[in-house]
Amino acid sequence: MKIIVAGDGKLGSMLTRQLSAEGYDLTLIDANPKQLESSEERFDIMVVQGNCASMTVLEQAGVDEAELLIAATGADEINLLCCMTAHGMNPRLHTIARVRNPEYTDQIYRMRDMFALSMTVNPEKQAAVEIERLLKYPGFLKRDTFAKGRVEIVELRIDAKNRLCNVALNDMNSIVKCKILICAVLRNGTAIAPDGNFVIQEGDRIFVTAAAKELTLLLKNLGVITHKVKRVILCGGSRVSFYLAKLLNRSGIGVQIIERNPEKCVQLAAMLPEADIIQGDASSQFILEREGISNCDALVTLTGLDELNMIISLYGAECGVPQVITKLGRFDNTNILGNLSLGSIISPKELCSNIIVRYVRAMKNQTGAAQTVYKIADGQAEAAEFLVDEGTRYLGKPLKELHLKKNVLVACITRGATQEIPNGDSYFEKNDTVIIVTNGKKGIYQLNDIFE
Amino acid sequence: MNYKMMGRFIGKMLVVEAIFMLPALLISLFEGERSSVFAFLASIAGIVLVAAVLLLLCRGSKNKFYAREGLVCVGLSWGILSLLGCLPFYLSGAIPAFVDAFFEIVSGFTTTGASILTEIEGLPKGILYWRSFSHWLGGMGVLVFLLAITSAGGGDNGFTMHLLRAESPGPNVGKLVPKMRKTARILYELYILLTIVNVIFLLAGGMPLFEAVCTAFGTAGTGGFGIKNDSIAGYSPYIQNVCTVFMMLFGVNFTCYYLLMLKQFKNVFKDEELRLYLGVAAGSVLLITLNLRGFYSTLGETLRHAAFQVASIMTTTGYATTDFDLWPTFSKAILLSLMVVGASAGSTGGGFKCSRVLLVIKSLRRSVRKVIHPEKVQVVRSNGHPVDEKILQNTNAYLAAYAIITLLSFILISVDGYSMTTNLSAVMACFNNIGPGFEAVGPTCNFSGFSSFSKIVLILDMLAGRLEIFPILILFSRSTWKRR
Repeated sequence: MKIIVAGDGKLGSMLTRQLSAEGYDLTLIDANPKQLESSEERFDIMVVQGNCASMTVLEQAGVDEAELLIAATGADEINLLCCMTAHGMNPRLHTIARVRNPEYTDQIYRMRDMFALSMTVNPEKQAAVEIERLLKYPGFLKRDTFAKGRVEIVELRIDAKNRLCNVALNDMNSIVKCKILICAVLRNGTAIAPDGNFVIQEGDRIFVTAAAKELTLLLKNLGVITHKVKRVILCGGSRVSFYLAKLLNRSGIGVQIIERNPEKCVQLAAMLPEADIIQGDASSQFILEREGISNCDALVTLTGLDELNMIISLYGAECGVPQVITKLGRFDNTNILGNLSLGSIISPKELCSNIIVRYVRAMKNQTGAAQTVYKIADGQAEAAEFLVDEGTRYLGKPLKELHLKKNVLVACITRGATQEIPNGDSYFEKNDTVIIVTNGKKGIYQLNDIFE
Repeated sequence: MNYKMMGRFIGKMLVVEAIFMLPALLISLFEGERSSVFAFLASIAGIVLVAAVLLLLCRGSKNKFYAREGLVCVGLSWGILSLLGCLPFYLSGAIPAFVDAFFEIVSGFTTTGASILTEIEGLPKGILYWRSFSHWLGGMGVLVFLLAITSAGGGDNGFTMHLLRAESPGPNVGKLVPKMRKTARILYELYILLTIVNVIFLLAGGMPLFEAVCTAFGTAGTGGFGIKNDSIAGYSPYIQNVCTVFMMLFGVNFTCYYLLMLKQFKNVFKDEELRLYLGVAAGSVLLITLNLRGFYSTLGETLRHAAFQVASIMTTTGYATTDFDLWPTFSKAILLSLMVVGASAGSTGGGFKCSRVLLVIKSLRRSVRKVIHPEKVQVVRSNGHPVDEKILQNTNAYLAAYAIITLLSFILISVDGYSMTTNLSAVMACFNNIGPGFEAVGPTCNFSGFSSFSKIVLILDMLAGRLEIFPILILFSRSTWKRR
């Protein structure tokens, strides 16, 4: 399948990496030849230099034969124009535009129809939604939902006080007292697929599949003390802060935004009447103290600088803030961050790229494609959700009789309203939703790919 | 430096070489040539052994591969490919001296066609086949072949670009389609197709199959090893004309054929390099024909010989239908200049390349204009698109390196005491991958008279010319081997 990616920025290069690794024919358009050169050197792709909204450039990039165009340049308007132009040149083309100006968010659905866009993505809004979900369940570093929100894969960091610490997985059931499955463990930067004899240690990050309704019980039984979030400090008045403040205000959570730029503060104050906007430098400890960092419920660092976000988060953790969330825009190497107490890490580009990859896979394979795909364990593993249909092989056969590929784990089977953590006697039935966890190296594009 | 990755590449490449030696072995078996059967068996065993050791030692390599590794890898690959590729010549006793055998195979792989053999027709057929086939393999590049059949380590990686750039000639090598493997495959498909068509045309002229295949290999790779002592001179005018046309075809940038396949006729027709290439060829034929009035009996014959020699020299093939060393000086001067111009970028030919000539002329014109209007901002264009300054810089650096190497080699081989013309044309013929030069290395003579030292200098010249200097130059740079 031929895909054109316009704009070789943060999202663009992330997409390039993921999509070219999955074997698609990728053409990358950007105005900056230097940037293109380094991309061409790293990935097996073709590059075209120029303005992606210009017809000659699109033609050069082979828009006639392409099936999908993803516009992810820095400017919303160029993205939209690019998609419209390309769609005009090739009406069969699917188009995805990144649109992130808050002023367009309300009209985005109408614009989608008017401009014949297949999808729009907004990394900042996505990040805000994600952060809000995390704030609702303090204690989890990351939550990925499946089966229309009924099943989740949550990430937990094991500290010394955790009851699972130094416990083998075989003995886990007596502690957690609910049905869960640990599908991956991240230890010292490498993902491990654990078996029954695996002993959890302090500092591990575990990825747990569980029914959504059991999450509260899980936290309680693990001894993770949580309390409801009532007051959140947001550092930096970026677009993510705006979306997040709006979401939090709606659910009655108090928000303080610390922003350095006075003009931006005025703007935010006008748009967010219920939030406290504080004009000042969020990196200054004095201001953080004065705004009560030591007794707030959560700290979210959302400035435009990754380094600053990390420093403020470290300081927040030091002050004993129960929940810290750090936004990283550029930083890819989360390996070395594992040992820092940065709390949850949110990467807007990664969230968006997950959505787009899911769309691409669905396009490639209309029936039986993954309905949801998440990268977990720092991208070393992949969790995908599939619907069992009549085309699925071995319906009704117990899993212990089937030969699954190596490194493939069936993490959960949802049948009607019940969730089942599968064992050897579990089987697939039509209309089940199953979650498959793999090491992500060989692409599992449809459910039948898991069988040998 | 990622030695393991390079080791794996070279190992795989040697496997390819061993497989390609099998047809030669079969021919030897079929013809009952005992010495060459033994030579091929021993060579294949040796190559497989080296490949196995390399592949075994270099398991679990990392995927970090950069421009430097790409260039070094290509340089080393060709060295090793030639060292092992010359074994059949040496072991079968066809060429008793090792340096001579090495010279012969380097001349083959680099598609030069310069020979140290005086008596070709007496050679075993298997040896002759392998000699001609080396042209075909070297023409499009053995690493490009490797890229076409394997994912070459990391399938999703862009580093293979460095290999293509280092092995494919031209100032600005790009992919035809996003995937490297598909690009390499398209190039080889076109190459194979054209070669087959060539064989068919030769067969139609009554040429025996074995000779047709070998001649087509020489033409396709723009190499020039003949299987007759008098090259192509003994064949009918029809076959000579077929050769002329196909030599010219293989000197065209293969991207043009790909565009033709996509029915983008306008882009091909307007291609500046193609126009220059064809224009220079036509002009040279015309001038030489005028200059040769009365040299041959009829105008048709004059035209045929002029066209054949121009095509042969310009595409850097090196076949001959007549002893052009006897031609008047003006005609010889034109041929010598054609040696430098060479074929198109992205073809199987050698030389300085038409596209580089275009860029050098254009940047020269810009410099002249700059003297008259110092403030004028000018962009050099090629086919209407602005050319990156980096490419212009590289082209000028290439010109400088080209001139220095020519001069240096000229001085070095002058030790042997041949005439100025012989030495200069020998260097030109080897460095530009043509084959025959003038006087003592003319079309009726060969390179056997040079000393071993001169032969080694010429071997390096041939490799440098085929790989466009930098992959060979970088092997001799101290900073390449420094730990980083």
